[in-house]
Amino acid sequence: MLAFTLRRAIQAIGVMIAVGVIAFSMFRFAGDPVNQIVSLDTPAAEREAVRKSLGLDDPVPVQFARYFGNAAQFKFGVSYQFRQPVSNLLMERMPATLELAACATVFAMVFGILMGVYSALRRDTILTKFFQAVSLIGISLPTFLIGILLIYLFSVTLGWLPSFGRGDVVRIGWWTTGLLTLSGLKALIMPSITLGLFQMTLIMRLVRAEMLEVLRTDYIRFARARGLTTRAIHFGHALKNTLVPVITVAGLQFGSVIAFAIITETVFQWPGMGLLFVQAVQNVDIPIMAAYLLMVSLIFVTINLVVDILYTIVDPRLRSTIRRPA
Amino acid sequence: MSVRQTLLAAATACILAVAMAPASAQTLRYANQGDLKSLDPYTLNESTTHAHLGHIFEGLIARDKDLKIIPALAEKWETPEPTRWRFHLRKGVKFQNGDPFTADDVVFSAERVQKKGSNLQTRIPSGTKVVKVDDYTVDFILTSPNPILNSQWDTWYIMSKKWAEANNAVEPTPAAATTPSFASLNANGTGAFSVESHQPGVKTVFKANPNWWRKPEHNLKEIIFTPIGSDATRVAALLSGEVDVIEPVPIQDITRVDSSQNAQVLKGPELRTIFIGMDQVRDELLYSNVKGKNPFKDIKVREAFFKAIDIELIKTRVMRGLSTPSALMIAPQLFKLSGDFKRPKFDPDGAKKLLTEAGYPDGFEVTMDCPNDRYVNDAAICQAVVGMLARIGVKVTLLAQPKAQYFAKVLKPGGYQTSFYLLGWTPGTLDSHNVLHDIMGCRDDPKSNRGEANLGGYCNKKVDELAEKVLQETDTNKRDLLIKEAFEIAAKDFGYIPLHQQALAWGVSKKVKLSQRADNQVLLYWATKQD
Repeated sequence: MLAFTLRRAIQAIGVMIAVGVIAFSMFRFAGDPVNQIVSLDTPAAEREAVRKSLGLDDPVPVQFARYFGNAAQFKFGVSYQFRQPVSNLLMERMPATLELAACATVFAMVFGILMGVYSALRRDTILTKFFQAVSLIGISLPTFLIGILLIYLFSVTLGWLPSFGRGDVVRIGWWTTGLLTLSGLKALIMPSITLGLFQMTLIMRLVRAEMLEVLRTDYIRFARARGLTTRAIHFGHALKNTLVPVITVAGLQFGSVIAFAIITETVFQWPGMGLLFVQAVQNVDIPIMAAYLLMVSLIFVTINLVVDILYTIVDPRLRSTIRRPA
Repeated sequence: MSVRQTLLAAATACILAVAMAPASAQTLRYANQGDLKSLDPYTLNESTTHAHLGHIFEGLIARDKDLKIIPALAEKWETPEPTRWRFHLRKGVKFQNGDPFTADDVVFSAERVQKKGSNLQTRIPSGTKVVKVDDYTVDFILTSPNPILNSQWDTWYIMSKKWAEANNAVEPTPAAATTPSFASLNANGTGAFSVESHQPGVKTVFKANPNWWRKPEHNLKEIIFTPIGSDATRVAALLSGEVDVIEPVPIQDITRVDSSQNAQVLKGPELRTIFIGMDQVRDELLYSNVKGKNPFKDIKVREAFFKAIDIELIKTRVMRGLSTPSALMIAPQLFKLSGDFKRPKFDPDGAKKLLTEAGYPDGFEVTMDCPNDRYVNDAAICQAVVGMLARIGVKVTLLAQPKAQYFAKVLKPGGYQTSFYLLGWTPGTLDSHNVLHDIMGCRDDPKSNRGEANLGGYCNKKVDELAEKVLQETDTNKRDLLIKEAFEIAAKDFGYIPLHQQALAWGVSKKVKLSQRADNQVLLYWATKQD
């Protein structure tokens, strides 16, 4: 078990290094950060001075070594735009992103499972057809379009919900939360729906397919034969067995919800890490881009690692193959 | 803290937050596309940043609603000798932390703005001595006469010496700083508003300064600034009444904002001139099928390009009427005699003839560099130009890129790698000399910074000579005639193809009254808001 975890951890570090190398080589094409720091009419001599102070005139291998040396110690330097340490900026923005991602996932799970179960049990009702139409929209419409449509409907036309930002937040230690204020909760609704819609449709389709599969199996027939109530069969036996793959997928998707919050955050001006990243790309703020990419890859790698370990705990068959590798 | 205490604290905070949230009378909410990145006034030389910080800080001079220079922290000034400027400072002015404003602060700010890491070093010509005469008089002793010394001082903001020294903020905040600077998160000026809170990239709250020395024209107690990068969201926030002022309104949304019930668009000409430049230096263009020679060295080709562009079509179709076609490389507000200039007429047949005379009856191929996120509809303008040049047989390949990549390629550090490009320019000094020197000056002197933004390298020695004279001449009328002569030469050379001044478009709630200044600085100390 320990050897397995170690092996996976080493693989994870390999992935992180690969991401770092790719990220670094991409920064060469992102443009010249100096142009974003100084104005257009800045004399060339002054530009050179800025370039030098950023270490951009060093040979590429030197820059690469410095970048990696610092990243290994979790030192990401100071943002070119904000003149603040990147780690502070990310920590400040992290609660917003995590809260949004969590709300979106909860939304996706609750509605996805409910709609999935309903459409599996009542296959021919109008509501099922409606759910399937919604799921088609969720799969095919791009996120930013959904976000803008929601804004125009609920903010501009109806005036019910705020069109941007987090509302009032409450600070608890270093964490800021919008869950404790009315305006904060209102502000969460549309971004969560926008971000979670895709996951919701995914879960709904998964639950529906799994449920239909399970309902055809022998043990459900036996359960019926034993005279159990339909309710006990559907929710006690069938649903429970469909949830294993659903939880796996939802767990893995949590990483991508965080990573793809970029678009949702841009549309709703949600002050999270994704928005910070988009602004960094526009302004060639390399320290922020580097830190964000490494952080996202760390999240993915960690989630995968945890899921792998969980599998071995859940499924004894996997454990035995790990102990005696073929 | 136990769990219970934490919950209790959270609940209390929650109630407080709800209790304190509304009361939006005289609170103005403002959203800009760009961000207020650093509160240090010497970090970034960029007009949106200057406008934001102009609420907190003031310069020795200010510019009024028509961009005329007016006294601010300096009550009056004179030039006893051409190389010596004397400024008499206003008495009884206090910084927001209560420190009095004196000559020491001016001398300190002059030193700080010239230090390494400052992006505004050119505000004070190098070699200038700044001398404190007494507590309320400061002399600037120059190495050579300069009639426009103070033209950019409305955005050279005066900082408090005492405050900077106490907070370890004597050095300007350079981009490469390893420790965060106090001055980039905090500010202490003499201006109309003080900073209540500042979260870079999220929200900044300004509070009215009750001790401001001017009588306020505004009726605000608070400004809440939020950057909103997404165009659609910014417009939606204005239409739904969540913000009172937005800048800019995208061209395609102007009619919708105007037809809404609670907001309208303030429009006006901007100072920035959008123009097209051509590489006239290289013996062979970098990106063209003409080998062994450079077609742009031939004045007939440049004239043909100029005449092939239908500026009215660009105005009506691409800019939806929101541009002012320009004959000059400077906005009419900034040069009194600009009315004497006329754009050569759109004449595709004449252009075709000129190309034939120049030896290109079938045209040629060239690549055009263009930014796509810098100016209003920049890439669309370039596309229109490509189509118009196709009509005279010139095949233009368009390379439209985000500004980060575009500027890295075409500016001096990138080696001026362009044959044909679109650029916009506002003279920082709001004076023609800047255009003659930076845009039209010859690039041939490696020691001087003349012509550094002259990406195509247009060069006429006579223009340079006149620019020198313009810099020295202190008589305004004579100076204007010299400038006119220089612009006439450049126009005859077809050194550049000026296109237009783009329009400003600010979205303003009908509850708010606001003055729009042509340099696109949104200054809310002129704003009033009804309940």
